[in-house]
Amino acid sequence: MQSTAHAFKGNAARALEDRQLQEALANVPKGFVGKRAEARARLPEFDALRDQARDLKNHVLANLDLYLEEYERKVFEVGGKVHWAASAGDAREIVLSICREAGAKTVVKGKSMITEEIGLNDHLEGAGIEPIETDLGEYLIQIRGEAPSHIIAPAVHLTKEQVEADFRRLHRDLPEDRRLEEVDELVAEARSVLRDKFLAADVGITGANMLIAETGSSVIVTNEGNGDLSQTLAKVHIVVASLEKVVPTLEDACTILRILARSATGQECSTYTTFSTGPRRAGDPDGPEAYHVVLLDNGRSELLGTDFREVLRCIRCGACMNHCPVYQAVGGHAYGWVYPGPIGSVLTPSLIGVEEAGPLPNASTFCGRCEAVCPMRIPLPGLMRKWRELEFEKVPPPFAQRFALKSWAWFARHPRLYQFASGLVIPVVARMAGKKGAFNKLPFGNGWTRHRDFPAPQGRTFHQQWRNQKRRRARS
Amino acid sequence: MSPHPRDGRDAILGRVRRALGVGAEDAERRVAIQKRLYDHVRNLVPARTKGSADDLIKQFKEMLESQSAKVSEVGTADEIPELIAKELRDNNLPSRLRMGDDGFLVEIDWDRAPTLEIERGRSDGHDPVGLSHALVGVSETGTLILISGADNPTTLNFLPETHIVVVRAEDIVGPYEDVWERLRETYGERAMPRAVNMIAGPSRTGDIEQTIVMGAHGPRRVHVIVVEE
Repeated sequence: MQSTAHAFKGNAARALEDRQLQEALANVPKGFVGKRAEARARLPEFDALRDQARDLKNHVLANLDLYLEEYERKVFEVGGKVHWAASAGDAREIVLSICREAGAKTVVKGKSMITEEIGLNDHLEGAGIEPIETDLGEYLIQIRGEAPSHIIAPAVHLTKEQVEADFRRLHRDLPEDRRLEEVDELVAEARSVLRDKFLAADVGITGANMLIAETGSSVIVTNEGNGDLSQTLAKVHIVVASLEKVVPTLEDACTILRILARSATGQECSTYTTFSTGPRRAGDPDGPEAYHVVLLDNGRSELLGTDFREVLRCIRCGACMNHCPVYQAVGGHAYGWVYPGPIGSVLTPSLIGVEEAGPLPNASTFCGRCEAVCPMRIPLPGLMRKWRELEFEKVPPPFAQRFALKSWAWFARHPRLYQFASGLVIPVVARMAGKKGAFNKLPFGNGWTRHRDFPAPQGRTFHQQWRNQKRRRARS
Repeated sequence: MSPHPRDGRDAILGRVRRALGVGAEDAERRVAIQKRLYDHVRNLVPARTKGSADDLIKQFKEMLESQSAKVSEVGTADEIPELIAKELRDNNLPSRLRMGDDGFLVEIDWDRAPTLEIERGRSDGHDPVGLSHALVGVSETGTLILISGADNPTTLNFLPETHIVVVRAEDIVGPYEDVWERLRETYGERAMPRAVNMIAGPSRTGDIEQTIVMGAHGPRRVHVIVVEE
């Protein structure tokens, strides 16, 4: 997918003006945030499980080569095939050639961020194969020609009125008097359209929440059951997953499962968790006849040797974006590539370069909520700060910005002068603000004052207030 | 397939090893990993998974109900046909169901509900009701464990609008880890059936305005029958 991460500022400004988007985004804190907090409160071991999950994934990353070899061997033993894709292009070609070999006309897809990352749908369409997204949210954005705006709720930026309009535009057989005002009516309509697609598809493609080295199993976690229908009904099942999804054992998978759904949707567990191990066995009445796994690197092996290795622990729950004040304000599309929110701000520069994605690690207030809720305890603000440092080296900011910061730094390093100057200026500014104690217009401060007032200083500097307070305490 | 699949593999593993600063012939690491793969050490297991058999059954039921499944208890398997027949009548559903060749389900005396029409085998998407036997019920999250095979075709779990699942009370365990122990007894070390489906209620979606709706793609109704005997 073509990145617009470099244009984050413009994207964000447009998003803030988009009233329909703002209405839809109001649902994020209402749903996810509260539900996660309740799920956490119901499980006293939740935070201890997060510590274990972090240590578990660190152990996997330190031995990634060996666990991948074990995983591959087990997949082969049960009659499956593992394909190694160094780049997004390699992965696309591998998937396409499997589809061609199967004589596929249509492909049904379970939700997969990795296939978004490699731009699979466009590639298949270009080769005359129709990919059909079956996760409801993914289906909604596919028919609109959009990218997901959230990693677990791809259509969170849409309102039900927009969905109704899309269905009336695209579902040709729809009678005009059919009611599509309520969410359950819209879901029923999507269900009936997609049911036929499941039954007709030649290939089913899913992602994987985990790969199990012990048994060669791939795991998907869903609520709709669309991933299961995709992988059960088609002749060929293709799993597309990145290297770091591997975990050692079934017991280890339990640890991840216990924090995944709770962090994502606040459920005790997702409705469907499926462990798939190879193709249909002798005597099986259903299941795919062929089972392929495409293992994607796409820059992850390079990350392993850097400070950014910690993002490879991510289990894609979406908690960081649900709790992020920047994401809540601008939504996912403003981030301009596949992964939005705080995890995107760290991952995107890692995968497509900081020259392109430099604005993303700057799109943070560093409030720290993302790190506080991350089930894998990824230090997201710290990693964003590292990207800011690297960006400064590679793409130095404009002269005016550097000059302003340098001047301030010079003053800050000369405390007496700093205090003297601010002591002169602050009472003047405070008086200018008048009784209101705030400015609704500031020279060069339009970006701030357009949306809210700028509070005026209280009349004395912090240092002066501190000294006064100390003196008062000494007296009493 | 890809132009040079072996190249892809060796190049990727080579890059991983360079990044980690390790070699391929790292005997110490290999021994440690093998041990981990065979030892089945349990990580932290939540305390809620411990309790008497009755406690676990109660938890299993409550969790499933909180996840919008219906739960009934019967004393013996022979009560199942009449219960299902009544359930289908009450919900205005056709009294026709499909199941696999599962030994426990086949043994049931279906003549007790003569109105029930029973078909066997996989579903092609036209069955209103599917019936399955769960190998295990996990109490910690109210989760049913269904195993693929001729006994319980996977298509029955997802295509019918109503899914009825029978589980024996004695098969209800506390934590997920107990499931793996059971499966290793049946399938052996480092082996799994083709599909292990963990199911915790009806299919649902929150993808439109975070409003939860049942029956996204799979069953709209899940009815769990716990058999005491």
